Amino acid sequence: MSPRPGFVLDVDRSTPPTLFWHGERFSLERLPEGSRVIYAPEPIDPLQDPSAAIRAALNYPVGDSDPLPSLLRPGMRLTIAFDDISLPLPPMERPDIRQLVIEQVLDMAAEAGVDDVVLIVALALHRRMTEPELRHAIGDRIYDAFAPAGLLTQHDAEDPDALVHLGLTDEGEDVEINKRAAESDLLVYVNINLVAMDGGHKSVATGLASYKSLRHHHNPLTMQKSRSFMDQHRSELHSANWRMGRLIAAAGVKVFQIETTLNNDTFPEAFRFLQKREWEWKAKDRIGYLAASKALDRTPARYARQIFHSVKAPHRMTSVQAGEVEAVHAITTEHVWEQQGVIVEGQTDILTMGLPYISPYNVNSILNPILVACLGLGYFFNLYRGKPLVREGGVLIMTHPTRWEFNPVHHPSYIDFFEQVLSETTDPVEVADRFEEGFATDPWYIHLYRTGHAYHGVHPFYMWYWCAHALQHLGAVIIVRGDQAAVHRLGFRAASTLADALEMARDVVGPSPSLTHLHAPPLLMADVQ
Amino acid sequence: MKALVFERNLPRFAASRVASVFGSGRGAGIGPLQLLECEPPELPGEGWHHLRPLLSGICGSDLATLDGRSSRYFEDMVSFPFVPGHEVAGILDSGGVDHAGRPLEPGARAVIEPVLGCAPRHIRPLCPQCAGGHTGLCGNVAFGDLAPGLQSGFCADTGGGWSTAGLVAHSSQLHAVPEGFSDEDAVIIEPTACAVHAALSAGIENDDLVAVIGAGTLGLTTVAALHRVVRPATSCTVMVGAKHAHQQKLAATLGADTVVHPDQLARSVRKRAGSLVLAGRLTNGADVVFDCVGTAESLTQALAMVRPRGRVVLVGMPGKVSVDLAPLWHRELTLVGAYAYGTESSADSGTADSGTADAVRPRRSFELAIELVSAAGLGRLVSAAYPLERYDEAIAHAGAAGRRGAVKVVFDLRNPKGSTR
Repeated sequence: MSPRPGFVLDVDRSTPPTLFWHGERFSLERLPEGSRVIYAPEPIDPLQDPSAAIRAALNYPVGDSDPLPSLLRPGMRLTIAFDDISLPLPPMERPDIRQLVIEQVLDMAAEAGVDDVVLIVALALHRRMTEPELRHAIGDRIYDAFAPAGLLTQHDAEDPDALVHLGLTDEGEDVEINKRAAESDLLVYVNINLVAMDGGHKSVATGLASYKSLRHHHNPLTMQKSRSFMDQHRSELHSANWRMGRLIAAAGVKVFQIETTLNNDTFPEAFRFLQKREWEWKAKDRIGYLAASKALDRTPARYARQIFHSVKAPHRMTSVQAGEVEAVHAITTEHVWEQQGVIVEGQTDILTMGLPYISPYNVNSILNPILVACLGLGYFFNLYRGKPLVREGGVLIMTHPTRWEFNPVHHPSYIDFFEQVLSETTDPVEVADRFEEGFATDPWYIHLYRTGHAYHGVHPFYMWYWCAHALQHLGAVIIVRGDQAAVHRLGFRAASTLADALEMARDVVGPSPSLTHLHAPPLLMADVQ
Repeated sequence: MKALVFERNLPRFAASRVASVFGSGRGAGIGPLQLLECEPPELPGEGWHHLRPLLSGICGSDLATLDGRSSRYFEDMVSFPFVPGHEVAGILDSGGVDHAGRPLEPGARAVIEPVLGCAPRHIRPLCPQCAGGHTGLCGNVAFGDLAPGLQSGFCADTGGGWSTAGLVAHSSQLHAVPEGFSDEDAVIIEPTACAVHAALSAGIENDDLVAVIGAGTLGLTTVAALHRVVRPATSCTVMVGAKHAHQQKLAATLGADTVVHPDQLARSVRKRAGSLVLAGRLTNGADVVFDCVGTAESLTQALAMVRPRGRVVLVGMPGKVSVDLAPLWHRELTLVGAYAYGTESSADSGTADSGTADAVRPRRSFELAIELVSAAGLGRLVSAAYPLERYDEAIAHAGAAGRRGAVKVVFDLRNPKGSTR
């Protein structure tokens, strides 16, 4: 049976309660009659032979590109960059796609007699990956072959000796990227394209860039003008990366882009009910829900977090394409939409969403309040094409515990941002004007980013900027069953139940509002007509 | 007439100490403090006057004494039985003479500068510290015509403020309460003088980053002193760690530039100073840190957030604490105490209300405190007043002042029933 497309359910009297994520827990909530629930398409069929598909993609590239083997020659400098821990979500079961792709690229390089090969984790300003995380991403064989010799590196956006300034775009944007990557004879970039925003010129122009370069598009104005940043035709973030990418190409950096897409088979068997439609739950799903929810209710949050972060997703590859960046990305985007797109008729007054335990920036870590805001207002709110799911002036209701809790190793500057910046203002423009530079240049944050496993000092600002479009658009944001002090620090409203939140929302949008629930994850993209 | 009398009674002392485990001041009802019928103390000699208390504060050092947490260092500087209460605003029913030799009319209100140095002890010549105006540093607090006692409120001969019977005060201790001062304003002068002395003895220089740990009475009055006494002449940034919402609000109102929860103070200082962190300590932290709590934890925190060669000022009374001094040695820190008050000779000893520096004339800490109380409206720090009969409640309230939304808890000796604000 072929997988079913996405679906918009109209809630009526017979509709069973709807599953809401609540961090490391979940609950069943009864939505008002007339509400809509948007479900993602079912996982599409994966490639039957991923290795063969990868080999074919490398041998038969798209766009203006020669096959990879013909680009490889003895004596050349080859750099292979790849996506970091932020992709995919949750991390996938072994073998990771990056391992499958890089193994074949290395095999071809070996056959061609290339012996100057360096691997670079495209961190941008993200935290450095740990050895276990790297082994998981690229496999033990590659790790053991490259890491001991210092040939597996993590991009350092703060090492002036490891960066090169390639020039300014027509808009005056600095393009400064990893020197080894820029000065190689060939740069192969290996992507996992979880959402439409991933990949394309963003891979190199963002993943291997410096703060000096990133600040041109990671700012409130760009985010406010990206509607949404999942829709490349209406995304200023996309446009800026494309300008930079074209400049990188014009500067002579030869990029061989490899992009892969996944199906949205997100959870293993024990949590399969999480990606099923509730009215189709069978006895096994109900038992699974009850057992999991009761057990998690009795489990301290940090242990529940450990349990979830140990979950590996059974994602399977649905496509792989390689060659010239823009041609590759056009195909990739189609595949992403095929898996995630759902047509939705019209906007809603109130949008509800249950936020899970994970975002791109807290793998093996804590979803702190700033990341909660970013996940809801930055990512889920922007999962649309056309118009936002919620109308301008509407209300976003999210369920998440939103604990005043941070991982000091991964997110040290987040703590200070939360304590010292958001206590003064939540306006992204003011935040940027008054505080960004101080955090971006703070030597302590730079030290921790370069030598530890900390996100860069400016990273919490970017998370807040991701929210800028939603903050500008929404009439109110309400978090259900969140820590009140933390919710208020974010500038949001706190409600103890969904019913209370709906009552509060009616004060903003008026009586008898329309309501839509975004049933994610698994991820979906609303094509709002 | 009644007074709360503290007697040397080991079983009661032990009971109080055990009870204090459950919270400061919790052992008042079973400890060595008892409410007894008393007569006013006799005048010890020439220059002494009877003072009838109106309000008398409960200080952190009183609580430490009642809880049995005081350092044994003080044992030889106290004589039993004594009536506690050294923060006193009272009335001179028979008049008197103040510290500067000015007559005080019968019925005049006065506050006492409670240190019992050479002058009240009739010791001549004065010791070098008293001669220099630094009476708080007097080494003769157990000698002369009086029983041992470093201050009124710890001396068997003088009585103390926790009494309707009154106490005796030497002229050298008396300061007139200005017209327009409420009794609350008056009773807060003594702790304010401690804060003024601490602020002026810290050696703050222009553009210094100053951190204050704690926002009880001493912390808040220190903030006020930094803002209104130090800052008019010496620019500095003041960051405060305050635990409770009312303390945070008051600290901001009194002039702190940044007010954060104590847990956040080190991070805020680090950010402000642009420091790195090494071995849990800031490589370049605050120039001066005022520890207004006096615990091992607060002192450790202070040593961790001060810059190398910086200065930590102990304002809150510490007891016997266990602190790793390796960073003090390694980073060449200066750890100084700031006890009581005296004569301020610093160029910073300007007037709190005018904001002008007076580099020439040394001034008593109390004079500056009186101006500061007026300028900053510090009488508002008095949060609750109890009659003596409810002393156990009063002391428990003072022991949990922060948690219970209070700052300064006092005894109200003006009427038998007192009031609870």
